[in-house]
Amino acid sequence: MTPPAPAPFVFGPLTRTDIVRYQGASGDMNPLHHDETFARAAGYDAPLAIGMLSAGLLATYATDWLGAANVRRFRVRFMAQAWPGDTLTCTGEMVREHGMPDEPLADLELACTRQTGEITVRAWATFAREVQD
Amino acid sequence: MADSAAAGTTGDPFALLVERGKIMEFAAATQSRNPAYWQDEHPVAPPTFLTTQMFWQEWAGAGANPWHAVRLNQRLGMHAEQEYVFHGPPPRAGTTLTATSRIEDVYRKEGRRGGTLTFAVMVTEFRDETGRLVAEARLTGVEPGRTVREDA
Repeated sequence: MTPPAPAPFVFGPLTRTDIVRYQGASGDMNPLHHDETFARAAGYDAPLAIGMLSAGLLATYATDWLGAANVRRFRVRFMAQAWPGDTLTCTGEMVREHGMPDEPLADLELACTRQTGEITVRAWATFAREVQD
Repeated sequence: MADSAAAGTTGDPFALLVERGKIMEFAAATQSRNPAYWQDEHPVAPPTFLTTQMFWQEWAGAGANPWHAVRLNQRLGMHAEQEYVFHGPPPRAGTTLTATSRIEDVYRKEGRRGGTLTFAVMVTEFRDETGRLVAEARLTGVEPGRTVREDA
């Protein structure tokens, strides 16, 4: 049986340092997320958060729940911008179990929500329910 | 304006070394303290770790990255979706992956607020040393439509 969803994972307030650390780790150095002059020239008031960091927070929540080695699919959709200063909350629920009995799988739906209630990133994940090391 | 003719463009294969220190750096940046990343001598890659293909693809030269052929507007273009599929557990530190990216599709869709949205999809396949397909990444980018006057 799939264990129940853990308590929401709350992260924030998001700092520019958090964003820069993620960009350096990921290799996506788009200046929109850290360069004030560039962001203003592109029509924003300030550098905006990077969606793949929110996606990574959702992945952290999901792998803490069902195990890092068990992920089989992880899909994210970017819904709305997030900004430095935001507090992000990751939640999820198990929506379906299938593949019984040989290869049990659990499908999850996850969301990363800003303090305003707006969803910034949605995710859909599938996890194997037996460790296959 | 994105180029529909880019569909089918395939990049040169490039190597991606799955490294323990890089996994720990990525896990820290995504606020994970999961012992699977920190204590295992050969940790698995986190679910979105293969986004680090950007480093390897850039180092391999322009021929490795067919996304350039899409010519999505640099200022207006945005990341719409990202998907990772794993055929078994994610690759572990110490694995050398060989990856190939191709433009799967470029298509247009009417936006809900008017204007035409252009979507581009790039699929990257990751194979291990034995040639087994271990993971696939699917990147979807979107470019909002512009009016004729703005295009002029």
